[in-house]
Amino acid sequence: MSHLFYVTVSYIAAFSVSMGLVLWVWLDHRGRHRELERLEAAGVRRRSAREETR
Amino acid sequence: MSEPSLAIRKFSDLANPTRFLALVATVWPWLAGLTLCLFAVGLYLSFTTVGDYQQGETVRIMYVHVPAAWLSMMCYTVMALSALGTLVWRHPLADVSAKAAAPIGACFTLVALITGSLWGKPMWGTWWVWDARLTSVFVLFLMYLGLIALNRAMDEPTRAAKVSAVLILVGFVNIPIIKFSVEWWNTLHQPASVIRMDGPTISGEFLRPLLVMAVAFTLLFFTLHILAMRNEILRRRIAVLRRHAARSAGGAA
Repeated sequence: MSHLFYVTVSYIAAFSVSMGLVLWVWLDHRGRHRELERLEAAGVRRRSAREETR
Repeated sequence: MSEPSLAIRKFSDLANPTRFLALVATVWPWLAGLTLCLFAVGLYLSFTTVGDYQQGETVRIMYVHVPAAWLSMMCYTVMALSALGTLVWRHPLADVSAKAAAPIGACFTLVALITGSLWGKPMWGTWWVWDARLTSVFVLFLMYLGLIALNRAMDEPTRAAKVSAVLILVGFVNIPIIKFSVEWWNTLHQPASVIRMDGPTISGEFLRPLLVMAVAFTLLFFTLHILAMRNEILRRRIAVLRRHAARSAGGAA
């Protein structure tokens, strides 16, 4: 195998793992954000949020 | 107010998760932008410099392997400082920081192991060898996985935080072992050529792209870390809200 193969696979591996991390952080945030919105829509709020709306 | 007390007050202010979330919302777009710019410059330099006279084109693997390897150790050091924050200062965000950093550290360690193996095959003639450097980095990877599993296995966050913090501090002994393994033992892995008492032994032509890529990877780590911390804070808020909802439902019944 040529040197170019090892270099290309290394950069693809580094890029894929980094993008995987970015995707994980983004999807996790979207999921948590939606979950909070669902709870707030159901009337479940944090004590500080309830005090703010009074 | 004196400067040290002002610094302590600012540090204490960050103990408030709401203030921390506001700070993250302001800072992360700038950090992400700067990270992308540095990666653009770093990748340009990585592919425009000439190859090494001995290693040929494979020297370009260094520009992703070395920053990933540095970050694998830096991330664990951040976790160790966070563990101290949990056990000594009981900073509310210290545990959040350690928990959020573990998967990121595991990923950078994995990148270091994969790219190291891909660099080893054409240069050493083997994908893997159980020498002190490679083995200690592999142990670091297993420690990250163990800490992630431990955090997921324990339901009670305060108890999980203390157990993880102790384990992180015990595991920190592996960091100097990784760093000095190439000096203490006879290894196939080369000795340090950048962070040395007598200065870098690497040519400036290779050092420039390496340093730009190292800063880019470090900024990527901090961007992902603060965003993962934000997610962990939201996860804990959701858990509290669910408990309140369950309690209210139980009270109403």
